[in-house]
Amino acid sequence: MSRSFQTILLTIALFALSGCGDSPWNDPYPSSDAQSNTYYSSFAERPKHLDPVRSYSSDETAFLAQIYEPPLQYHFLLRPYRLIPLSAAEVPVPSYFDAEGNPLPQDAPVAEIARSDYLVRIKPGIRYQPHPAFARGPEGGYLYQDLTRDDLDGINRLADFRETGTRELTADDFLYQIKRLAAPWLHSPIAGLMGEYIRGFGALADELGAAEGQGALGRVETLRRARLSGVEVIDAHSLRISLEGKYPQFIYWLAMPFFSPMPWEVDRFYAQPGMSERNIQLDWYPVGTGPYMLSENNPNLRMVLERNPNFHGERYPSVGMPGDADTGILADAGKPIPFIDRAVYSLEKESIPRWNKFLQGYYDSSGISSDAFDQAVRVDAQGEPILTDQMRARGISLLTSVETSIYYMGFNMLDPVVGGDSERARLLRRAISIAVDFEEFISIFANGRALAAQGPLPPGIFGHREGEAGINPYVYRWGEGRPMRRGLDEAVRLMERAGYPAGVDPETGRALAINYEAVATGPDDRALMNWMRKQFAKLGIELVIRSTDYNRFREKMRNGTGQVYMWGWNADYPDPENFLFLFYGPNGKARSQGENTSNYANPEFDRLFDAMKYMDDGPERQALLDRMLEIVRADAPWVWGFFPKAFSLHHRWLMNAHPNQMANNTLKYRRLDPELRARMRHAWNAPVTWPLWLLAATVALLVLPAWWMVRRRERSTAL
Amino acid sequence: MIAYILRRLLYAVPILIGVNLITFTLFFVVNSPDDMARMQLGEKRVSEEAVQFWKQEHGYDKPLLYNSAADGLGRVTDTIFFEKSARLFVFQFGSSDEGRDIGYDISQRMWPSLAIAVPVLLVGLAFNVSYALFIVFFRATYVDLASVVLLVAMLSISSLFYIIGGQFILGKLFHLVPISGYDTGPNAWKFLILAVIVGVVGGIGSGTRWYRTLFLEEVAKDYVRTARAKGLGERRVLFGHVLRNALIPILTGVVVVLPLLFMGSLISESFFGIPGLGSYTIDAISNQDFAIVRSMVFLGAVLYILGLILTDISYTLVDPRVRLQ
Amino acid sequence: MMPVLLWTDALVYLLLVVAILFGIHAARHEHLRTPWRRVIRSRIGVATLVVLAGYASVGLLDTVHFRLQVEHPGADSSYGPEVLSLLDLALSGLRERQEVTYSAPFATHLYVKEAIEQPDGGVVRAYPRLQHGGAHLADPEADRAGDILARALLGSIKGLLVWAGVSALALWLSGRRRGESRRETRRETWNRWRAPGLGIPWITGLSVLGGLLVVSFAAAELAAAYHILGTDKVGEDVFYQTLKSVRTGLLIGTLTTLVMLPAAILLGISAGYFRGWVDDLIQYLYTTLNSIPGVLLIAAAILMLQVYMSNHAESFSSLVERADLRLLFLCLILGVTSWTGLCRLLRGESLKLREADYVQAAQALGVGHFTLIVRHILPNLMHIVIITLVLDFSGLVLAEAVLSYVNIGVDPTMNSWGNMINGARLELARDPIVWWSLAAAFLFMFVLVLAANLFADVVRDAFDPRIRTGR
Repeated sequence: MSRSFQTILLTIALFALSGCGDSPWNDPYPSSDAQSNTYYSSFAERPKHLDPVRSYSSDETAFLAQIYEPPLQYHFLLRPYRLIPLSAAEVPVPSYFDAEGNPLPQDAPVAEIARSDYLVRIKPGIRYQPHPAFARGPEGGYLYQDLTRDDLDGINRLADFRETGTRELTADDFLYQIKRLAAPWLHSPIAGLMGEYIRGFGALADELGAAEGQGALGRVETLRRARLSGVEVIDAHSLRISLEGKYPQFIYWLAMPFFSPMPWEVDRFYAQPGMSERNIQLDWYPVGTGPYMLSENNPNLRMVLERNPNFHGERYPSVGMPGDADTGILADAGKPIPFIDRAVYSLEKESIPRWNKFLQGYYDSSGISSDAFDQAVRVDAQGEPILTDQMRARGISLLTSVETSIYYMGFNMLDPVVGGDSERARLLRRAISIAVDFEEFISIFANGRALAAQGPLPPGIFGHREGEAGINPYVYRWGEGRPMRRGLDEAVRLMERAGYPAGVDPETGRALAINYEAVATGPDDRALMNWMRKQFAKLGIELVIRSTDYNRFREKMRNGTGQVYMWGWNADYPDPENFLFLFYGPNGKARSQGENTSNYANPEFDRLFDAMKYMDDGPERQALLDRMLEIVRADAPWVWGFFPKAFSLHHRWLMNAHPNQMANNTLKYRRLDPELRARMRHAWNAPVTWPLWLLAATVALLVLPAWWMVRRRERSTAL
Repeated sequence: MIAYILRRLLYAVPILIGVNLITFTLFFVVNSPDDMARMQLGEKRVSEEAVQFWKQEHGYDKPLLYNSAADGLGRVTDTIFFEKSARLFVFQFGSSDEGRDIGYDISQRMWPSLAIAVPVLLVGLAFNVSYALFIVFFRATYVDLASVVLLVAMLSISSLFYIIGGQFILGKLFHLVPISGYDTGPNAWKFLILAVIVGVVGGIGSGTRWYRTLFLEEVAKDYVRTARAKGLGERRVLFGHVLRNALIPILTGVVVVLPLLFMGSLISESFFGIPGLGSYTIDAISNQDFAIVRSMVFLGAVLYILGLILTDISYTLVDPRVRLQ
Repeated sequence: MMPVLLWTDALVYLLLVVAILFGIHAARHEHLRTPWRRVIRSRIGVATLVVLAGYASVGLLDTVHFRLQVEHPGADSSYGPEVLSLLDLALSGLRERQEVTYSAPFATHLYVKEAIEQPDGGVVRAYPRLQHGGAHLADPEADRAGDILARALLGSIKGLLVWAGVSALALWLSGRRRGESRRETRRETWNRWRAPGLGIPWITGLSVLGGLLVVSFAAAELAAAYHILGTDKVGEDVFYQTLKSVRTGLLIGTLTTLVMLPAAILLGISAGYFRGWVDDLIQYLYTTLNSIPGVLLIAAAILMLQVYMSNHAESFSSLVERADLRLLFLCLILGVTSWTGLCRLLRGESLKLREADYVQAAQALGVGHFTLIVRHILPNLMHIVIITLVLDFSGLVLAEAVLSYVNIGVDPTMNSWGNMINGARLELARDPIVWWSLAAAFLFMFVLVLAANLFADVVRDAFDPRIRTGR
């Protein structure tokens, strides 16, 4: 082997060594972090909004919930979901008043209640994360509140401001945020809803609408000056929110990022000229009081959360459900949280690399994509999921829970064929409900990771019934201790009764054609659509799949021109109201752009809904819910699809992972063993170098004969 | 020469206007401003007023191309098209519909794209040209036929599978490189290795085939026969004559793509998690961020025209007979 | 049976007519006949032609569409909703024999475990037997290998018999044709075929045909009892899907060129011939179009079509019509993005040609522009057109596969290799891996692209006057 070749090899080897340090070759993180108390995870879509007035999607909340602290939070372990104080001192209890302002008892009838007041008391001593907006100079004046464009030269990130400061959280900050919810230029998705309940909210929104022409700074000033009659700051640590009438679900909103405190200094800081052009915005750099702060925000690459040095401190919960003591989830009870110093979320758009990096130990936890399922989980004879040997050998553990969301197949009730209140259409819908076999769907497309729905209410939500009492009698019958889908013959008979014998429409003499509105997005859709066609073909119906893009799909839904479609709903809060309002007539999609996508309207149902909405959980409410479920099951505006089950995998060095569908701020409870992780990563990722030598040998073996052939051929053709 | 370049640059203006007009039309035939607003405002609980307000705030409440309500010049200028496109010509991209500064994003994201594209181009070029010369040396033998079959096989494989295969073999099986990700600074190289290898291997099929054709055409020419008749060795003929004369098409082929390297690659960037301009464009299309789409198409068009001009100039450098007028 | 004429069908028929007319025309003109003769005298040329013809016949069978009559009890007899093709009829067994989900090639059991209810009421998770694949076997473990071998042999023998018949027919016909002047025995023809020389390489053609026949008969025999390429996620036979995809691939390869050809020829020649402002305008047009990334144009066009279809939903009542229109649109828009290359080539050539002596002379004689173009310029450019056409074909077949990844390819419900490959990227991540969809699509696509590529090389060698070397 020639000398130069050896030199090259040596150089490569040195280069490789110097770059890798003591971490494995395929470690995607800097080797200096190998032992640090850092949590590694990934995100697929970059969060669009990190401003709590706008953020409404789960991928954004995953970050925001670690940073912002609204008054309330969900208990980590207790079920059913229970609200506990976060930045508030206790969970507020509403007090009711009649039209004249006289106090009413807690059990007063809804009709008499004209106003309900929530007194929110805040824990004292909570301070914001360090931020330049609070920075003060030696004289006590703000350092960075009167910047000109020239001052911003050389500043591209928030970290480029040298000084930071903090201050205590006050009740004014909550008021300021509620006023921001009303500001039309901030596009808060719940502005319309809150306008119906918070007193004076609508008037404020109108007033602010007039301020629209001002510059950004002017808007902040207007907002600071504006008055909101329904929210009263009593002292630095308490405020009173008064609502029109009774709205028991309001308390749930107080646990969402929308009601996080927002200091005016921060809003004003970001409104200064030149900030927006440098991408220094509240939407990009959130400022909160929570356990973590966003220290690096590069959603094209990674987002990094770091421990907030000013965090007020919180302790790990010491009570859990009866079984929790055995699982070790309470091992850290009473210890101060958070445990983890840093959390790195890397952008990972494709599921295949994400899964492989999890297996290599570079992500601490992971979901399971449908196609990696068989690799990770087997289902045992009882139908219970258990990990495969490969996973167990790596010490990976599995957590499952039923999500508080539903995927359904809806019928557009405005359609003359499948919709409407006629007996014929109802029978047709019921026949389809039986024919579309969602058990098979779940088994093929979700690997069994879902629960076929008997109605709109998922388990864990008040009103859901288990067992025989909870089945949908129009599609299922009870047998062998579980719900059994009714036979296809019953569906065929229903079709005959509906006037479509063997699926033939007597008017045209042809098979009944139904349009399915689909959004084709991924490679799996082809199989999905074929499956859907097969289901309808069982009844002799020809399913015409109209596949479009998502915009067109939503437009069709808004116009109410579709026929059959699939959609989903993810609950905002664990209350049956948040599911049943999807059938409330006045919420019709086509009528008022509400969330009632099937445009279902039944006066009896609406009347019951109005009554149920204001009730506290109890037998009375359960009775109303049972009647409402019976109505929608009989009318079948949806084929009750399924409630997905969340499966997540965790490496053994990650402790205190616990499924909680409502709480998003769970990072603070988690604990890591970085040394174990570093050891396992080494053991799992030892580089395999023989292919490199093999490659070098092959190249040598190929080049030499080729060279020889060239020489030979040249000699032979030279003449 | 300078006059020629100036004139070509001047020609570019109507082309860019045309490009803008087409992009604009295509985009708005498909997405109405309403759709864009709804996309930005999110899924749940979006009211009609919010949609109107968003449009007004982002300047999408005007007529698209022609404003019959305005007077005089305002009929053309007071429209979405004019407002949004005019500033592009001084390379002011403005801010995206989400509110980010596009110019800054582009300046940040072009480096990762280049870090992959340039090595892929250079290594690929070197490999493909040598392999093609090798094949041409053995033209009309079984080596030639076998190579063509191999090349066609390689180009029949979808680029997707080179990526998945590369990640599987090098990253998952042999633990040699990280499967995906990116880092700035000196640590970047270990993320780039896999992307570059995949890029080069994926390009062998089409690249080598093309160069082979090129060389075969050259080999058939009279001067080669003359050279051979003079008794020159086959190697001398190939390197001294064929390669040198084929340099012109090779060079022009390379020069044309040079500026476009900035645009990055669409698929591999999103698979490797590399924050380049390719994934930027794809994201913008799927998020219907018209501001970014328009800027990227404009940038692409400018670079393409630049490539054409560079090609012409490189012609004169390689071949003194060509004169630009 | 009620015939159904889809848009692409009509265009295929048009393409056929054009090809036949061109063939007749070429046969009558020696200068056109010579290069083609050169093509069919090359061994690779003949071999690839046979393969391409095999693909073309599958595609053509799949082009004849109709609805079948169905009888309804009670209602009048009417036509079924499904639009079928001759290929569907021929493969109706494959089309109807569906399983529940994945099964491997030649499998007798499903690829995934399912809960099976035992007669005694218990539930066991195991691999259930397939409903169709290998259902005739009493004991799959023991009988399968033998059964597969027997069927494959039987199919091969059938294939060989048919091949022998075809060969004998060819021998006889060839002998007869020659024998018009001189009676030639079969043996003499055979000897002539075998003789090395410049004649048509019959031996090569017939052996490739033989291989093709044997393989397809064996496959047909096996497919009757097994899923020879497995089944996909919803249990459809992959072999059937692959065969259905042939038409899609061929259409994209040919229709696109057919669609772009008139524009490219017209504009290219006009630009080169008229020069001046016409040239400027046409150059402007194609530079502008070229400056826009092709993916974007295609995405926009596909979305536009979807908007159009959702606004005119009534006109597209059936799935096949929608998918067909989308395919046509894809061909159109691919044509728009690919005509510029040919246009530029033609412009360059016509610039040279218009300076040629005979064109100058014709101009001096006062021949009209139109006549001049048709008579003198166009025929001299035909070789470029044909070379581009053949070269582009394989590129387009491959492009379809890539477009499907970005979701702007053919309709997701349509059978195409692109859709199969796109779906396979998730299957590859499964464990145990599902490889057969990808392998099937790749195999069929590879053979087609390889044949087309080799054929293109032969055609280019035959047509391009510059490459005509005696090597």
